[in-house]
Amino acid sequence: MADNQMVCATCEPKGLCGGKGLVTFKEGAWANNPLAIQVLGICSALAVTNRLENSLVMGAALIFVCIGSNLIVSILRKHTPHRIRMVAEVAIIATFVILFDQFLRAFYWDMSKQLGPYVGLIITNCIVMGRAEAFALQNPPILSIVDGIANGVGYAVVLAIIGFFRELLGAGEILGHAVPGFTSWYTPNQLMILAPGAFFALGIVIGIFNAIKGPDPEENK
Amino acid sequence: MSETSVWVIFIAAIFTNNILLTNFLGMCSFIACSGQIKTSLGLGTAVIFVMIMTTIINYAVYYGVLMPLGLVHLQFIVFIAVIAAFVQLVEMIVERFSPKLYFALGIFLPLITVNCAILGASLFMIIRQYSFLQSVGFGLGAGIGWAVAIVLLAGLRQKMRYSHVPQCFQGVAIAMIVTGVLAMAFMGFAGMVSIQ
Repeated sequence: MADNQMVCATCEPKGLCGGKGLVTFKEGAWANNPLAIQVLGICSALAVTNRLENSLVMGAALIFVCIGSNLIVSILRKHTPHRIRMVAEVAIIATFVILFDQFLRAFYWDMSKQLGPYVGLIITNCIVMGRAEAFALQNPPILSIVDGIANGVGYAVVLAIIGFFRELLGAGEILGHAVPGFTSWYTPNQLMILAPGAFFALGIVIGIFNAIKGPDPEENK
Repeated sequence: MSETSVWVIFIAAIFTNNILLTNFLGMCSFIACSGQIKTSLGLGTAVIFVMIMTTIINYAVYYGVLMPLGLVHLQFIVFIAVIAAFVQLVEMIVERFSPKLYFALGIFLPLITVNCAILGASLFMIIRQYSFLQSVGFGLGAGIGWAVAIVLLAGLRQKMRYSHVPQCFQGVAIAMIVTGVLAMAFMGFAGMVSIQ
């Protein structure tokens, strides 16, 4: 549905499965992959994927925040007045982001400096907000955790794929180590590490996902 | 770090360090609302206004309240609360005094709360340790830069309706790649001025 990108915080993913955990997981991680299919939360996906290491840490952060916020929102779903649910959700998400940020600062200072403001920006990441709004508000805690894991993993995997190729093509390295024999026939293209490379990489990944998934019957553009 | 003149920061925030094309902030609404030039202009204007106001308020809150009380680690939650409250306030004021403007901007205002460019601008201001005037320059420049980028993309996407795009690339994928080309064009400004 083209329309569901219009309002990213409130957009409803198609076909919420009310049933089993496995269905929920597959739905979140593949069929409705937050990044490649729904195209949510792309800010951070573009910004931190210049190196594989950054991508992995960012993926971990999102999995953590997604699980935590889904769980709490789900537990409180019957006690939250409908009118202030947005504010409540933002407060819950922000709490988990602060936790993760403080953790990074305490134990991985270098990584914290590299990610800069993008850890804080998870608060405005549409995926977390969208899952809290669309899933955790209607479902019991356990299922919400599964959904949080699924969406977090779906996001992290795509992030890792993009980070892998950008670091490989842009610097000829993987996780900071030169790939033996690779640079002898390939000249690293700096562009892949810079901003335009991020857009190209994500555009191509989305295109490939669409091609594998086949044309969406609901999508007529 | 904070020696750079306000003017340099302002120009750099629009061109060389465009908040959208080099820092990737505000992508969600950038992709979603860039179908038409008119819509994107409306959103762009709203973003410029909210961004400059929230950087000023957040500057005051950070250095006036959070720093003296030693509550710096709460900056995220405080900033986002300030932004949400401010957007709500603007919406109410505009609705009361200028219904015309309200209908023009109406649907965009709530969207801005979740626009990461707004929160990003406040966070950059803290990380780069800008003075008050520098923050104002940065907020204004970043807002204008974002608006310029979204209007440009909207223009390109309007033209693109008549071109043949491979089926799997239609929609968001091709918009991404066009944005990449746009970002390359903006890299041409690099070296003119720079802020870090």
